Amino acid sequence: MKTQRWFTPWLLLGPALVWLLVFNLWPAINTVVLAFTNAKPLGGGSFTGVANFERMLNDDQLVYALVNSIVYMLICLPLLLFLPLLLAVLLEKKLPGITFFRTAFYTPVIASAVVVALIWTWLLEDRGLVNGLAQQLGFLTEPLPFLSGRWLLLFSAISLTVWKGLGYYMIIYLSALGNVSRQLHEAAAVDGAGPIRRFWSVTVPGVRTTMLLVSVLVTVSALRVFTELFVLTNGTGGPGGRTMSLVMLIQMYSRGFTGHLGYASALSLVLFVITIGPMLLLLRLNRKAA
Amino acid sequence: MTQLSTPPAGAPAKTPASSPKRRRRGSGFGTMRRREKLLRYVLLLFALVVTVGPFVWQLSTSLKGAGENIYTATPQFIPSNPTFDNYLRVAETIPVLSYAKNSLIVAAMAVVGNAVGATLAGFALAKLHFRGRTLFLALVLGTLVLPGEVTIISQYVTVRSLGLADTLVGVALPTAVAMLNVLLMRAAFMAIPDEMDEAAVIDGASAWQRLIHVGLPNVRGMLSVITIFAFIGAWDDFLWPLIVLTDPQNYTLTVGLQYLSGAFTANPRVIAAGTMIAFIPIVIVFATLQRFFFRGVEEGAIKG
Repeated sequence: MKTQRWFTPWLLLGPALVWLLVFNLWPAINTVVLAFTNAKPLGGGSFTGVANFERMLNDDQLVYALVNSIVYMLICLPLLLFLPLLLAVLLEKKLPGITFFRTAFYTPVIASAVVVALIWTWLLEDRGLVNGLAQQLGFLTEPLPFLSGRWLLLFSAISLTVWKGLGYYMIIYLSALGNVSRQLHEAAAVDGAGPIRRFWSVTVPGVRTTMLLVSVLVTVSALRVFTELFVLTNGTGGPGGRTMSLVMLIQMYSRGFTGHLGYASALSLVLFVITIGPMLLLLRLNRKAA
Repeated sequence: MTQLSTPPAGAPAKTPASSPKRRRRGSGFGTMRRREKLLRYVLLLFALVVTVGPFVWQLSTSLKGAGENIYTATPQFIPSNPTFDNYLRVAETIPVLSYAKNSLIVAAMAVVGNAVGATLAGFALAKLHFRGRTLFLALVLGTLVLPGEVTIISQYVTVRSLGLADTLVGVALPTAVAMLNVLLMRAAFMAIPDEMDEAAVIDGASAWQRLIHVGLPNVRGMLSVITIFAFIGAWDDFLWPLIVLTDPQNYTLTVGLQYLSGAFTANPRVIAAGTMIAFIPIVIVFATLQRFFFRGVEEGAIKG
């Protein structure tokens, strides 16, 4: 009955197998290998033992980057945990025109981070819309320099990440809200619970698992941030390169005559170490969902 | 997944508030409904201004002529004399058409590679029995825990040793068959009932015929999803082309835009026009295909 020849599956699997080996497994192994060399962007490189890791111990920029990552994560987490959920609750009732709103709220997600960061640059500059409106409305007496200074730059980038992420997590919540029991909502309403009370006692517990998923996704993406910071600082990493992320450091060492692929690979291993926990959790959550 | 992809936007509007279907959805208080509805629309409009406003402001800036003050205290959303001059200035400053073409080439390679590679492998993994299948799946899952940025440097070393540094093929190659898409296609093929397939096997169909006649017609939904995602992912990508490409002639649109803003910090109108050139095509793709899109986000959202 089996008309299948032994090599048929492998023919079909061929392209994926090549990509798995050449562009997934090999780079993973080679990252570890490269981390112990002084490879340069233009080629060459020899084994240098743990030199790259010793260098890390005295690298102030790495410390700044790690601190930035933690701050990034800590601010993004609560905001992206709750704001998208509120949006999803707004979209949940099928009012006329709701599809339009859903699509519109999702637009920032599909735009390139470069496009969005350039829009932010224009909005946040000294004479931009945000400073203009804030002064007009009396919140500020003089423009706030959002795009200079280590922390203001970081906060501006965070606001961008949060804004761009709203729609993404909103959609994840929206599918989870379908499983929150209507009876529970109605029972709570009959008992006289207002919308805010019902949000905390019915909606939030109802999407608990999804909140765990979202917090893991937010954590990982905060640790991987690159484009927002790169474009907002015009590639400089802010004053003294102190508004860099880990990925920005990796990118910085990837090119030019001052580049150092060995050190960049060692930094990649740091990124691996700080992301592996959440990534494994993510894989678990996914398999449970599947 | 169906909840989202089938929003009968117009239908509930016609049913009066007293219809039983509506009552079940609402909080059950007739007097509250009007106010709640109004409040909901106010909040929706507020969220709309926050999420879409910045794009509108950028579009408006890109259409304002050199004579119009773009820094006025009271923001002017409607340009007094709309002009496409800024778009011409973009084209004079950077080879924007060739950058767009480069982005399109990279995106096309990503679409074709993923559509073909993930479909073939997904079918084999879902419907054929062979030794090594479990190992293959385990390795695929293993690679998914690595964020792309972790291996980006050694990825560059690989592409360089293939002689593809600073080429568009080098940009497209590493993600031309993404492992996540292989898993998504496998899931889609697995959803086809075995009985359908068995009939074909009994009739003596080869694996290839089963893929064409039984498999493909049933996975079109997922196939469109992964191709849309491949297109948008490639079009929007910045870090990887930034690492691979060095010659400004070869830049993709995103890298070219960053280059433009570095060269032209003084004129927000021109940068605004540049961002619109990168943004508008993707919005059109998105708006046309959004039905598939939301289904896909739900199925593949969890990619990390």
